[in-house]
Amino acid sequence: MEVFIIYKSVIALAVFAVSLGIAAYSTWWERKFAGLLQDRWGPSRAGKWGLLQPLADGGKMLFKEEIIPNVSNRFLFVLAPGLFIITAIMAGVLIPWAPSVVINGETYAMQVADLNVGVIFLLSVTSVGVYGIMIGGWASNNKYSLLGAIRASAQMISYELAMGISLIALIISAGGSLSFADIVKAQDAGIANIVPQFFGFIIFFICALAETNRAPFDLAECETELVGGYHTEYSAFKLGLFLFAEYINMFVSSAVMAGFYFGGYNFPFAHEVYQALGLAEGSIAVSVIGFLVYFTKTLIFISVFMWVRWTLPRFRYDQLMNLGWKTLLPLSLLNLAITVVVEIFRGNITF
Amino acid sequence: MQLTNRRKVVSDKHQTLSERIYFPAVVKGMLITFSHLFKKRPTIMYPEEQREIAPVYRGRHVLKRDENGAERCTACGMCAVACPAEAITMESAERKRGEEGLYREEKYASTYEINMLRCIFCGLCEEACPKEAIFLTDRLVESEYERETFVYGKDKLVEKIDQRIDVTKRQTPEVIEFKKRPGLKHNSLFDKTQIDRHRKPH
Repeated sequence: MEVFIIYKSVIALAVFAVSLGIAAYSTWWERKFAGLLQDRWGPSRAGKWGLLQPLADGGKMLFKEEIIPNVSNRFLFVLAPGLFIITAIMAGVLIPWAPSVVINGETYAMQVADLNVGVIFLLSVTSVGVYGIMIGGWASNNKYSLLGAIRASAQMISYELAMGISLIALIISAGGSLSFADIVKAQDAGIANIVPQFFGFIIFFICALAETNRAPFDLAECETELVGGYHTEYSAFKLGLFLFAEYINMFVSSAVMAGFYFGGYNFPFAHEVYQALGLAEGSIAVSVIGFLVYFTKTLIFISVFMWVRWTLPRFRYDQLMNLGWKTLLPLSLLNLAITVVVEIFRGNITF
Repeated sequence: MQLTNRRKVVSDKHQTLSERIYFPAVVKGMLITFSHLFKKRPTIMYPEEQREIAPVYRGRHVLKRDENGAERCTACGMCAVACPAEAITMESAERKRGEEGLYREEKYASTYEINMLRCIFCGLCEEACPKEAIFLTDRLVESEYERETFVYGKDKLVEKIDQRIDVTKRQTPEVIEFKKRPGLKHNSLFDKTQIDRHRKPH
């Protein structure tokens, strides 16, 4: 029992630390990548290649003056960033980072919690995340904040549907388990879910952009119209928490996409490679390699998020709604129907 | 009723299918930005790397000393008169006995100030100077936090005796000719018509 508690807390702490570290360095990579895409160099002064930039930014955020507006609801105003970052980190508990390690006959899953309702938990946690934005925007008592919050919640509701339905199609074609670990394990056989569910992946990816409030769906904080959107009134470390949570969200949804559609820690001919290297399944070395593979995929997805941001202009509000309700929702339903029909013909669904 | 003949019928073109589903355009745009990852960057990392400047670049001024280390400037004020930006001010003083090593002639500038925020670096002061005392160099005016510090006094303008600044690139043919005759104190004392190439006769 003690061993179980220790190993779970180590993994939980590691996931927590890695989430925060990735969030910090995402800000650096976002700026660097934006620079590279725009024929610039990006941050290059703080440390080698500007690698100390996140520390400088964090220090700046810490030491700035903290302003709480008089007219705001103080309790909710302080609560909102905390709520936002907690829900952002919470989604990370599901991710199975590496193949399970077997020591003395005991199996240790490299995952904080293997919920058998993982997918539902994921969807619910990401939708709770919008409460942070809503409460923050409402408590600020500022029209721009409120507009940003309204946009964020409307967007969340519109895109959650299409996202959920494309996930249902994924679960049907991936064997019917709602557990994240099972979904990743099912792709062990060599074919990642992207192959049967390419259409679903595109829908999921677009929805993930909208769910994480990333461009081209960053209407909730569009600087050109709403000053700063829902975090207009926030300053210093509370603002930092909001920005941080957004990057954690991005990290988690990248990991989710890599796990759901691109096989997570699996890679083509994984078993053959392990055999050639003489590594036994369940050993620590296999786990480390699996982790590196998963992590690389996640980082690539984070870069794709940024690549999209620095390419596409922002949607107008009505375009956003049209795309969500009139395009993505019907398409995801169509995708679901086709998946069901295909699975019935393959004999995976019985009545 | 047609008021002008510049009327233009605005096209009301309907979007084609590929335009309406956005996706081809999105992919195209993404590929364009991706291609920029590998393009050459025009950035010059300033303090480490400096832009190549023209041989006759006009940067921050220097007040020259002569070969014995005495200041050449006699505070005649020609530069201040020539200056279109009115950036130069000076006060003159008379050289005392024993200061011959410090100042080349009997009169010298006790203060000499150039406001670098006013200066337009046209080089007319240099052209007006009869004593070959002021030159524009290839150095840059550094950035400062206060406006006042941009008014450069003699402490910043006069070259240090042990750190002489090479201005041969900015010297006109007559100056180089003048330098060859150490006995002369004024460059108008010899016949310039032989070498004067670009100055119009008055």
